Amino acid sequence: MENILHIIPEIFIFCSALILLILGLFIKNIKLINNLAILSLLIAVALVINQPYQSIYLNSYVIDEFSSLFKIMIFIGSIVTLVMFVSSREDLHINLYEFPILILFSTLGMMVMVSANDLLAMFIGLELQSLSLYVLAALNRNSLLSSEAGIKYFILGALSSGLLLFGISYIYGFSGNTNFNLIAVNYNSESLGLLIGIVFVLAGLAFKVSAVPFHMWTPDVYQGAPTPITAFFALAPKIAAMGLLVRFLFNSFGELYLDWQQIIFFISIASMMLAAFAAIAQTNIKRLMAYSSIGHIGYALIGVACVSSEGLRSLLIYLMIYLVMNVSVFTVILSLKRNDAYFENISDLSGMYKNHPFTTILVALMMFSLAGIPPLAGFFGKFYIFVAALESNMVFLAVIGIIASVISAFYYLRIVKIMYFDEPKEEFDGVNIRSLQVLFYPTSFLVILFFIYPAPIIQLSEYAIKSFY
Amino acid sequence: MNELPILSILILLPIVGIFFMTLIRNNNDQSSNNLKHTALWISFLNFLISLYLLFSFNQQDADFQFEERYFWIEYGISYHLGVDGISILFIVLTTMLVPICILASYDSIKFSVKEYLIAFLALETFMIGVFCSLDLVLFYLFFEGGLIPMFLIIGIWGGERRVYSTFKFFLYTLAGSVFMLLAIIYIFITAGTTDVSYLLDYNFTRNEQIVLWLAFFASFMVKIPMWPFHTWLPDAHVEAPTAGSVILAGVLLKMAGYGFIRFSIGFFPDASELFAPLIFALSIVAIIVTSLIALVQEDMKKLIAYSSVAHMGFVTLGIFTFTVQGIEGSVIQMISHGIVSAALFLCVGVVYDRLHTREISRYGGLVSKMPMYAFTFMIFILASLGLPGTSGFVGEFLVLLSIFSINTYFAVFATTGVVLAATYSLWLYRRMIFGALIKDDLSEMLDLTRREIIIFVPLITLTIFIGIYPKPVIDIIEPSAKKIVSQVNGKLN
Repeated sequence: MENILHIIPEIFIFCSALILLILGLFIKNIKLINNLAILSLLIAVALVINQPYQSIYLNSYVIDEFSSLFKIMIFIGSIVTLVMFVSSREDLHINLYEFPILILFSTLGMMVMVSANDLLAMFIGLELQSLSLYVLAALNRNSLLSSEAGIKYFILGALSSGLLLFGISYIYGFSGNTNFNLIAVNYNSESLGLLIGIVFVLAGLAFKVSAVPFHMWTPDVYQGAPTPITAFFALAPKIAAMGLLVRFLFNSFGELYLDWQQIIFFISIASMMLAAFAAIAQTNIKRLMAYSSIGHIGYALIGVACVSSEGLRSLLIYLMIYLVMNVSVFTVILSLKRNDAYFENISDLSGMYKNHPFTTILVALMMFSLAGIPPLAGFFGKFYIFVAALESNMVFLAVIGIIASVISAFYYLRIVKIMYFDEPKEEFDGVNIRSLQVLFYPTSFLVILFFIYPAPIIQLSEYAIKSFY
Repeated sequence: MNELPILSILILLPIVGIFFMTLIRNNNDQSSNNLKHTALWISFLNFLISLYLLFSFNQQDADFQFEERYFWIEYGISYHLGVDGISILFIVLTTMLVPICILASYDSIKFSVKEYLIAFLALETFMIGVFCSLDLVLFYLFFEGGLIPMFLIIGIWGGERRVYSTFKFFLYTLAGSVFMLLAIIYIFITAGTTDVSYLLDYNFTRNEQIVLWLAFFASFMVKIPMWPFHTWLPDAHVEAPTAGSVILAGVLLKMAGYGFIRFSIGFFPDASELFAPLIFALSIVAIIVTSLIALVQEDMKKLIAYSSVAHMGFVTLGIFTFTVQGIEGSVIQMISHGIVSAALFLCVGVVYDRLHTREISRYGGLVSKMPMYAFTFMIFILASLGLPGTSGFVGEFLVLLSIFSINTYFAVFATTGVVLAATYSLWLYRRMIFGALIKDDLSEMLDLTRREIIIFVPLITLTIFIGIYPKPVIDIIEPSAKKIVSQVNGKLN
């Protein structure tokens, strides 16, 4: 009974999702349901902050600084999505009360993911999250693209879950355990099966974080899904899967990093380079953001590949900055609306600064930040990633990283170029609704003014990795 | 340490100006004039503050002065500012050129005035920051941050091929600089800090020095620019608006020269000594080749841009002689080039505003219609080719003197650059100003307006003053240059 007290945030989210599900049957006010969902997420933030750190249920579920920070990032991602939903639900034809509830269930799945310290708990969290996401991607039932995105994501997601389960069964078969801390205890040179298990589990997780070569679903799903859900894809599940990846690798195979380091090494390089080149040719801004996120995951994976406290610290700094930058960019994508129709082509941004000077300068700075140009926040993310890489003597990885960042600067600059240097088009609605302003201005200013005093974020991430080092 | 944080004020004042300017509406001519005046007065105030800095600077002291240090990111990376005899001159140069640029843009910028001025003030912040930061991460922040406003200035208010030029400018410089970033990170890891005054006393091993030197070199050689990575500069100059060219030639190129003096030879003396022949060779090739290229240019701005590359060749020559004279000469050459090339671009801007072409062959015989302009232009052309009595002479002379003491052959080759400079400069002048005024559209040309005279008077005064009596400037540089040289020699032995 005492253990239940430790998972109060999870229980709270679960209960509120169920209550809202029932309420939704009787109350036709979708906005109210959405607001209640936002409220319950806010309460969950408070609950998570006040949680005592402990590992429970025979050490299969861990609540520590690391999981709490990730949970708060996930909550922020979910809240942002729900706020975006308010303004766009009617025009995007996703005005369904299931939306906030599915987000809540998905959030619950992600909470389990980042706290899981056991293969089974991990799988349960992952599936709860994924199943909600499959439905969310296809939520706009009348749109061919959206349905295609949902189906595609479902089929590939199911495949990856299969790979993951296969890997889990190998690991269990060869170690006789499912707990992260106990898997590798009896590891020796003859446990080849365990190694195969790691490879398959990593493949499954790489799919969830959309790292090359398991990234194929990302551009299509990003493009097809309604924009708030695209934002959700970019914000929450990737961060959660990253947290899970770190815990799985560091808790179970932390000592044996030589066996998996090269896998991360490869997918990191592949993600950075492929994203840098593939994004150049994109015409749809959501597709471009998909490749951009693949590239950013590649950078974040450098932090994992370092297998050091600096590496983990830089990973956390990177993910936090990535979260904030993406909120700002996706809000702007959502504001590209004219006569109740949304625009998604990059060429639609043409000459935007004539009509929206202030928004455009902020977007341009976001692009510079995504490209990692100082003094914006994105630079500090990359800076710490490279610090970690050089500290672990991964010069090659760092050099590839900077080359990719120069190449990717090109496509970010292209957006700035289109917004500023090309012929103006008609006015958009712009960031004119309160719900969008609330998201856009604070995040943009945070990114721009981050350089004034970056120390708190760095200290926070140092604090959060205490349970690993 | 209870003094006024004057360097921070210099850095922050333009930002404050930006803040006020965002509050001013820009919907008619009156308000856009208000914006221009605000920006002008803010930058002029900054200039006055920098003069105060210059006069309260202790010339006998070779150490960093007006130091400020606050906790910033984490242990080892702090907000550390300070100036010595070298950087203080660049700061004054920057704060002087920015109001001139803003004044020069009064009529030539027709649209989005507010954004233009904001970009300019932001650029000023970054430029001042580069010269006073005493922390490598802070330096990099300012060094790279300047790319953003410059990218927009060239890209939005530039000429026809502005998109191509601004992308080339941005990606070239970025590609060079990221290697410096890795080097800075490496320094942070091995030395545990990025504090410049600490690192100046830190000894890197020889192999470390070679790699780090090359990484810094990659950044600075693109920025200064050295042959063969100079090709972005003519494009950027040609397409940039007049004021953009002025700042580009006047200050942005000097950041790299300053970086060579402060970081390359300060941190890595062994590697600098090792690579000095490479620098000499590249500089001499640059001086001769780009001078020859300048001879055949049809576009005035391109000609001046190529001459900039040649002049910067002298700067790198002087720096890597590791002599007091060489470093003094380089700094004076940079200051002089900052004034003279800026003025030359302004001269081009004057006629461009009237005729909207930069083709040399479209002009001719301007002297009969624009005598004052012809006089002004002559002074700067002569300063540019290094006539004794102008600032251009002092720098080139000192550099040649120092290089002569190292190697006679290098000096001979470098001197041919002076001859070539005379050729292309005078020929440009002859084609534009002298001859008969036969082209119809030139007969309507008006001479300098009062605003343009105000712009040119301080530049002419400084050019001649430094040329005739360079002692005050040398006095400021000398202690710091001596300190750098003795440090380098101390480390080398």
